[in-house]
Parts: sequence; structure tokens; C-alpha cells
Amino acid sequence: MSELISNIIIAIGILFNLFGCLGLLRLPDVYNRLQSATKCATLGTCGILLGLFIRYGFVDIGIKSLISIPLLFLASTVSAHALVRGAYKFGIKLWDKSVVDDYQKEKI
Amino acid sequence: MIIDIFLYIQCALAALCLYRVIRGPSIADRMVGIDILGILVVGICAIMAIKTDRHFLIDIGIAWIILSFIGTLTLAKYLEGKKLNE
Repeated sequence: MSELISNIIIAIGILFNLFGCLGLLRLPDVYNRLQSATKCATLGTCGILLGLFIRYGFVDIGIKSLISIPLLFLASTVSAHALVRGAYKFGIKLWDKSVVDDYQKEKI
Repeated sequence: MIIDIFLYIQCALAALCLYRVIRGPSIADRMVGIDILGILVVGICAIMAIKTDRHFLIDIGIAWIILSFIGTLTLAKYLEGKKLNE
């Protein structure tokens, strides 16, 4: 029974990975690509690790995968924020159909 | 077996990310591709740990998360144009 639930959760995680990679290929701009691709980390790979925990329970591999979920969550969001700030200060333009640019008014 | 199908799909997605690394128009696109490629490899390690029943593969995944985080932060600092100790 736990094997079935873990397979379903891993399948949901791989589905989110698929959506993130499609967004990484098809969206027009580096900022749009980054917001789509961070979904790969926070929902996709965290779903796979949660399925691993449900399959094995409280043994060594389950506890290690449970520990690595908040580590992955914090690390991917912080690195995405640093990357988009660096790209903005490097001077990469937004897409020409973007309508709002609030980061321009900030004192950076 | 369904784990084999998961492993094939995940490897195909990691190969799909390499397209963005090779064909990125700007340097930030390549960095986004490298970042997401590291995240997908952690998923490959987790699925391989189920498939081959070797429990040390999740340790490789944890080490890969930390290395990918440090690498992306260093590349972002380089892109911002500052020194590393500012």
C-alpha cells in the first residue's frame, strides 16, 4: 500500500519536472524561464524525495531524504533570487511585451 | 517496472535541459540551465536508490544539492560584477 502511494507521489513530481522543463524550453525571456524552472526544484524533486520517504519509512534512507527536503527548498529559492538579481544588474532586458518593472524603481 | 519508466523520463528531461545550456541566447540562460540540471540529477539519484536498492546514493544527492547551491551563488556574483568578498 505504501509502495502505491509513493509511486503516485513520484509520478506527480515527475509531472511537475516535465512542466518545468517545457517552460525552460518554450518561454521567451530569462526571467520567465527562471520562474518556470524553479518549480522543478520546489515541487518536482521535493515530491520525488517525499515519495522516497513514504516508501521506506523511518530507516536511514528515509530520514536522509526527509532532511534533504528543506535543504533543497531553501537552497534553490536563494540561488534563484541571486541569479535573477545578477541578471538584472548585468543589464539583460525584459521581454518587449512585459508590462511592469518594479525592480527599476528600487535603489539597488 | 514503473521505476524504470520514471528513470527514463527523468534522464530525458535532463537531456532536454542541455538544449537550453547549448543554445542559450545570453549567459544567464546558460546559468539557469546549469542550475536546473543539478536539481534534476538529484532526482535521478533518488530514483536510482530505489531501483538498485543501494542506500548510499541519497548521500550523493545531498552533496550534489550543496555543490549546486555554491556553484550557482558564485556564478551569480560573477554576473553581478562584484568581488567575492563584498
